[in-house]
Amino acid sequence: MSEQALLTVEGAGHRYGERFGCRGVSFDLWPGEVLAIVGESGSGKSTLLGMLSQRLAIDEGAIRYAAADGRALDLAQLSDREIRTLWRSEWGFVHQNAADGLRMHVSAGGNIGEPLMATGWRHYGRIRERALEWLAKVEIPSERIDDPPTTFSGGMRQRLQIARNLVVGPRLVFMDEPTSGLDVSVQAAVLDLIRGLVQELGLAVVIVTHDLAVARLISHRTMVMKDGAVIESGLTDRVLDDPQAPYTQLLVSSILQG
Amino acid sequence: MTLPRIEYNHAYLDEQTKRTIRRALLKAVAIPGFQVPFASREVPMPRGWGTGGVQVTAAVIGAGDTLKVIDQGADDTTNAVSIRRFFERVAGAATTTDTGEATVIQTRHRIPETPLAEGQIMVYQVPIPEPLRFLEPRETETRRMHALQDYGLIYVKLYEDIARFGRIATTYAYPVIVNGRYLMDPSPTPSFDNPKLHRSPALHLYGAGREKRIYAVPPYTDVESLGFEDHPFEPQRFSQPCAICGSTGVYLDEVVLDDRGGAMYVCSDTDHCERTAAAPAAAAAAAAERAPSRRAGAYERAHSTRMHTFDEQEGAHA
Repeated sequence: MSEQALLTVEGAGHRYGERFGCRGVSFDLWPGEVLAIVGESGSGKSTLLGMLSQRLAIDEGAIRYAAADGRALDLAQLSDREIRTLWRSEWGFVHQNAADGLRMHVSAGGNIGEPLMATGWRHYGRIRERALEWLAKVEIPSERIDDPPTTFSGGMRQRLQIARNLVVGPRLVFMDEPTSGLDVSVQAAVLDLIRGLVQELGLAVVIVTHDLAVARLISHRTMVMKDGAVIESGLTDRVLDDPQAPYTQLLVSSILQG
Repeated sequence: MTLPRIEYNHAYLDEQTKRTIRRALLKAVAIPGFQVPFASREVPMPRGWGTGGVQVTAAVIGAGDTLKVIDQGADDTTNAVSIRRFFERVAGAATTTDTGEATVIQTRHRIPETPLAEGQIMVYQVPIPEPLRFLEPRETETRRMHALQDYGLIYVKLYEDIARFGRIATTYAYPVIVNGRYLMDPSPTPSFDNPKLHRSPALHLYGAGREKRIYAVPPYTDVESLGFEDHPFEPQRFSQPCAICGSTGVYLDEVVLDDRGGAMYVCSDTDHCERTAAAPAAAAAAAAERAPSRRAGAYERAHSTRMHTFDEQEGAHA
């Protein structure tokens, strides 16, 4: 494992007009690490994720990314083209709503193949072979390869979206509430899948969730956000078992006990 | 009561408008395949009937030019005839149906079979200039993709074709990369005509009136039709020769003859067909052998049915 943090965030903030959506966020993300960002809606966790993934501008502070070729990139200084290159080759983004991350009228195979074609794959047979491999990995029957996601269930769509994101072998994957739209049993299956793939591929993941159970299940570290600021962070078990901040205590105690 | 005849400016459009279109054309020629926005004007025909092409023609046509207008390859369809008459009247242009004689050729669907020469200008009427439109509906996003040369998406379209039909089934508006840089839609020309664009000695100008875009392929520019390594680009092929003139290796139209499934296949390029059919000796004799007795009547009928196919195509692109 390398000595360098994959993502280094120092006092980063994003502003909506006069108001900060999130501010003063600092942390390091190491290769192979899963970081959960939890908090209520409006706490700035999606803004933070948007900023990390460069969908939103960095208005304050700095975010550095250690690229696969060893360069330390200051994300705010990168051109659109360089950001796109990162998107295509090193990053993935799993949306809450699978329809945002998939092309709904393109077949499952085409959806998985698109990132490959964007990185220069020009051999139909090999693209299809790789698509079949990934369908198997995310447990979608191979005979559905030519069906569009409009004909898929919610869980299948989410699994397809995950396959599409992981097919190019990214190093860092952002996930925005990947299981919130699914019913409980499907949630468990998708989480299980994510956990397995993360371990198998050694991915670094930043996952935003309002569900502490999700954080508990798959993350190594957890950051708790409120009103645009990080109020507590640490190992997931420590944060959830021994919450220090009053808000975290409230959050933990509001989980329904079975 | 007779109203005084309206006097239009040369080639209908006012001089300022023609200058702005020419500026857009120069930019388009300077950046092959790049879509240049322009202020599309009203011309006396409905949008979707070739207003972009008419404006480009109006901007480039001069006193010494000879204009040919084709629609589905035919010189004698409603739209071709009226656009030709329009420029005869407003630009005093000489017109022709002979590809070799024309200096400006306005077209909707075809590139003529007769090889183009240096100095000729092809003007295309383009319905939808953006090749990525049906894959990515956002204009802001497609512009960004062009800027960053992010063209993976167009291969998804080809992938889908192969997955569904076992081969690339796109037979018109087949996407091309121009000069190794910009992805371009060669307008609804059949893929049969794509190879004619590659290093063509003529200048190709594309005008999309409704979408307000102009783009161009300058002479001797590389135009590569996209494909996969294991499914390369294949232009359409026809197994039989033209039923009228006997030409092979040309683009054919299906002409329905009766309501019992009878059909004949004839040249879509009427100028090429007429001249080949009129050519003496061998060619004519061969054609007569293949299309016995019915020849004279069949020709008239074949080429008068084209107007219907024009409307169908128009609907498909609306």
